[in-house]
Amino acid sequence: MVKIITPAEAVQFFKNNQTIMVGGFLNCGVPNLVLDELIKTPLAGWTLISNDTGEAGINRGQLIHAGKIKKAIVSHIGTNLETVQLYNEGKIEIDLQPQGSLAERIRADGAGLGGILTPVGVGTDIEKDKQKIVLNGQEYLLETPLHADIAIVYATYADQFGNLAFHGSTRNFNVLMPMAADVVIVEAEQILDEPLSPDEVVVPGIFVDYLIDGGANGID
Amino acid sequence: MELTKEQAQELIAKRVAQEFRNGDVVTLGIGLPTKAVRYLPENVHIIVQSENGVLGVGTYQDETNRDRHITNAGGVGVTINPGGCCVDSAMSFAMMRGGHIDITVLGALQVDAEGNLANWCIPGKFTPGMGGAMDLVVGTKRLIVAMEHTAKGAPKILNRCTLPLTAVHKVNMIITEKAVFEVTPTGLLLREIMPDSSLDDIRAATAADFEVDLR
Repeated sequence: MVKIITPAEAVQFFKNNQTIMVGGFLNCGVPNLVLDELIKTPLAGWTLISNDTGEAGINRGQLIHAGKIKKAIVSHIGTNLETVQLYNEGKIEIDLQPQGSLAERIRADGAGLGGILTPVGVGTDIEKDKQKIVLNGQEYLLETPLHADIAIVYATYADQFGNLAFHGSTRNFNVLMPMAADVVIVEAEQILDEPLSPDEVVVPGIFVDYLIDGGANGID
Repeated sequence: MELTKEQAQELIAKRVAQEFRNGDVVTLGIGLPTKAVRYLPENVHIIVQSENGVLGVGTYQDETNRDRHITNAGGVGVTINPGGCCVDSAMSFAMMRGGHIDITVLGALQVDAEGNLANWCIPGKFTPGMGGAMDLVVGTKRLIVAMEHTAKGAPKILNRCTLPLTAVHKVNMIITEKAVFEVTPTGLLLREIMPDSSLDDIRAATAADFEVDLR
């Protein structure tokens, strides 16, 4: 059985300067309740690993707005003009990475791989500081695994065993990040009394440490 | 005659739609490229893939089918066509990178005669990021750039991109409100002059060398 905690209780696992993964794609499938609690704390200096930084002041954008993020490893910041502005002013470090490489680097960590070889980014600025490997005449970049101290992710359904299932396009990075962090906190819209059917489980409960009853996930 | 932005975009979207074949798996960039599905020829059915993990994107949602958990890559609520499905980001990019997408249509800040594309960064000014664009362009079978021919009068089709690149030697076709170019190993080939344009107009608005071989 996985322990069920409140969003406020989730704060105890966080410290200054940690690396934190946050699931979601723009406003879809984001663990909003934990983010709401995190901005109330005095903690800061975090490295954020996420697909994007949301919109200004909303969900992951809250963390940016509250000055919690020292560095963000993301694929896109264009939907959050506050992030763009802070980046232009040199007030936040932004490490932009191709979205598919970001996903595979997280998966690689969770899957125990030493890295992945991808043709994505060859001949572009993304090559910088990356090892290039030629195999069968094709150039690849060696992309290294990404690991986090804590992952906070969204799920639509969770059972008492921590098994997760998803509705719609909420899977995104929420399926990958639980494999790649020391502590995994899941904000589920519904925590079910009965176990999910083995056929329905997308993320096995062994990857999950804590569940939060997310209700409507802070929306509506 | 100068087209309005809306007229130009409609013209481009309609022309892009002519490139789709029945059964194609297609990925469309946010904005103008997404509009192409409105003008699909009759009897052409395509499967639209969205990088956030939707295969078989249908229409925009309305008050009868709101569901905030189903969006396209622009965060807009969409429906999923029969036979469609949702996947995680690793699977979504496996589709793209692994060569399972037939046609990708993207916008561009710049595109050049070598088939290079720049669409993620204007250094020091605006850096939205590449999102999924770098992965997409590497794996797609065909890459079409759909964009307005110039930006505030400045040419976007160049001999060599000056902005940071998204992809090297990957663009197959460029569709604008003035022209359709094919990118060949020896450079750009002008294949079509759009209805409201002319060869002189295209030459004046293009900062790249090109051959003319109209079909």
